[in-house]
Amino acid sequence: MSDTPAITLDQASLRFDHGPLWDGLSLAVPQGEFLAVLGPNGSGKTSLLRVLLGLQRLNAGRARVLGHLPHRGNQAIGYVPQQRAFDPDLPLRGRDLVRFGLDGNRWGFMRNARGAERDVEEMLALLDARAFADSPVGRLSGGEQQRLRVAQALIGRPQLLLCDEPLLSLDLNYQQTIVQLFSEWNRRRGVTVIFVTHDVNPLLTAIDRVLLLAGGPWAVGGVDDVLTSETLTHLYRRPVEVERIKGRVVVLGAELGGHEPLHMHGGTV
Amino acid sequence: MTSLWHYAFVQHALAAGVMAAILAGCVGPIVTIRNMAFAVHGLAEVGFTGAAGAVMLGASPMIGVLTATFAAAAAIGILGVRLRERDVAIGSVLAFGIGLGVLFLSLTKRYAAEAFSILFGSILAVSQEDLLRVAFVGTIALAALAVIYRPLRFASVDPEVAEARGVPVRLLSSVFLLLLALAVSEAVQVVGVLLILTLLVVPSAAAQRLTPQPRLVVVYSVGVALVSTVGGLAGAIYTSLPVGFFVSAFSFAAYLLARVIGPRLMGGTRTAAHAEHPVAPIPGK
Repeated sequence: MSDTPAITLDQASLRFDHGPLWDGLSLAVPQGEFLAVLGPNGSGKTSLLRVLLGLQRLNAGRARVLGHLPHRGNQAIGYVPQQRAFDPDLPLRGRDLVRFGLDGNRWGFMRNARGAERDVEEMLALLDARAFADSPVGRLSGGEQQRLRVAQALIGRPQLLLCDEPLLSLDLNYQQTIVQLFSEWNRRRGVTVIFVTHDVNPLLTAIDRVLLLAGGPWAVGGVDDVLTSETLTHLYRRPVEVERIKGRVVVLGAELGGHEPLHMHGGTV
Repeated sequence: MTSLWHYAFVQHALAAGVMAAILAGCVGPIVTIRNMAFAVHGLAEVGFTGAAGAVMLGASPMIGVLTATFAAAAAIGILGVRLRERDVAIGSVLAFGIGLGVLFLSLTKRYAAEAFSILFGSILAVSQEDLLRVAFVGTIALAALAVIYRPLRFASVDPEVAEARGVPVRLLSSVFLLLLALAVSEAVQVVGVLLILTLLVVPSAAAQRLTPQPRLVVVYSVGVALVSTVGGLAGAIYTSLPVGFFVSAFSFAAYLLARVIGPRLMGGTRTAAHAEHPVAPIPGK
C-alpha cells in the first residue's frame, strides 16, 4: 500500500472562464511526504485541494488519490478548509464542530456515542482546545476556530491531510505548535500532508518539497531548488529576488501566497 | 370548565396540535440555521393557494395545503434554486400564488369563513380523518428527519467540509424542503398561514438563545412549540378568543424570556463582545 503514491497528477489542467489556473501539472507525492503548496492569489491552490477531494473536476489530465480516482467522502482524507466566519448565534459548540469530522456524515442514530465523545475529548486536549470547546463556534477567535478545524481533520485518523492555510489567524506560538503537530503526524504516523500556505517560513523544518503554482506555469522540488531567484524569475517572467536572511526565505518582487476572498456563510438551496 | 377537554373536537385538536408542534419544534432549528424563515412563509402562502383551490373544487382545504406545499417544495428542489436568488424567486412566485388564492376563494360561496380558517388556523375543527392524516404525515416526517438529522446539520452548518466528507449536500437540501413542506402543512392546521412562523421559527429562535448545544436546542424548541400550542388551545377554549393569538403570544413570551435569561445561562460560554479576535465576515488578507 505504501508503494502507491498518496497523490499522482498526470498532465492535469484546470481552467476557469478567465484563463488557466494551472496547466499540464504532473506530480507524484509519495506517501509520508510533507508538501507545501505556494502561489499568488487565484493561482488555484484551493482548487487543487478541491480536485483531490472530488469537489472539482479537472479540465484535462488525470488525478489519483491513494491509487483511486478522487471521490467525495474519501475517509482516508482529513481536510482543514479555508477559514470562514460562523454566525455568532449559531447553536454549535466547538466540540460539535470537531465531532462532525468523526460521524457528521453518518445517517441515523449514533451507536457508539461514548467512544465518539472520548475521541473528541482526546483531540481537544491535543489541540489545547478544551477551554473553549463548549462555547459557540461563532464566538471564538479565528485562531481558536483553526485549532478546532485541525482537530476536526485529525479525528478521523486520516492517511492524507489537505490543509488550506491552517496557520491563518494563529499567533506565532500556536503556528509553531500546529506545525509541530502536523510534522509529528507526518513523521511518526507516515501521514501525507499537503499544506497550502502563503508563508513557507513556519514550515521550513517540516516540509520535504514545495509546489509553486504561478498562474499557468508551476514548479516542484526542494525549498532550495524552487525558491531561488532564477526559478521565480523564470516562472513569474519578471525579476524576482530570493534571499535567505537568518534562515528565513524572503522573496522580493513577487507575492508567494495569499488566498482568495472567503466565501460567505451559507449553504446551497 | 375542565369538562371541555372531554369533547371529541377538543381531544382531536389537542392530538393534532401536539403532533404539529413536535414536528415544527424539530424542523425549526434547521430552518433557523439555514436562514429559511422566508421560505417557510412562502410555503405556507403556497398552501393558502392550494387550500383555496381545494375549497373551490369542493375538497378539504387541508389536503389542498398539503398537496400545494409539497408540490412547491419539490419544484424548488428540482429547479435547484440557489440560495441567493431564492428569496426573490420565492417572493415573485408567491405574489402571484396569493393572487390566485384570492381568485379561487372569490369563486366559492363560503368565502369569508374558509379564508379565515386557512389564514388563521382551524385546529378546533379537526375531524377524525384530519387527525389520522396529521398523525400519518407527522410520523413519516419525524422518522425521515431522525435518519437524516446529523448529516443535515453538518451540511447546513459547514457545507463545504460536509460535501468533502461525502454528505450529499444538494440532495439533503431538497429532502429537507419536502419535510419542511410537511411540517408547514401540519402547522397551518393549528395556527394558519399567516402565523406559521410562530411555530416554525419562534420556538427555535428562543431555544438557541438558551443553549449552544445542538441536541438541547431541539429539546427546548419542541418544548416551546408544545407549551405554546397546548397553552394556546387551553386559552382559546376557556376564553373563546382565537387559538392563533394565544399560540403566538405564548411563543413570543418564550422568546422574550429566552432573550432575557439566555445571556445568563450562556454565561459560562462567551458572548460576541468578549471574543478576542472575532473572525470578520470577509477578511481581506
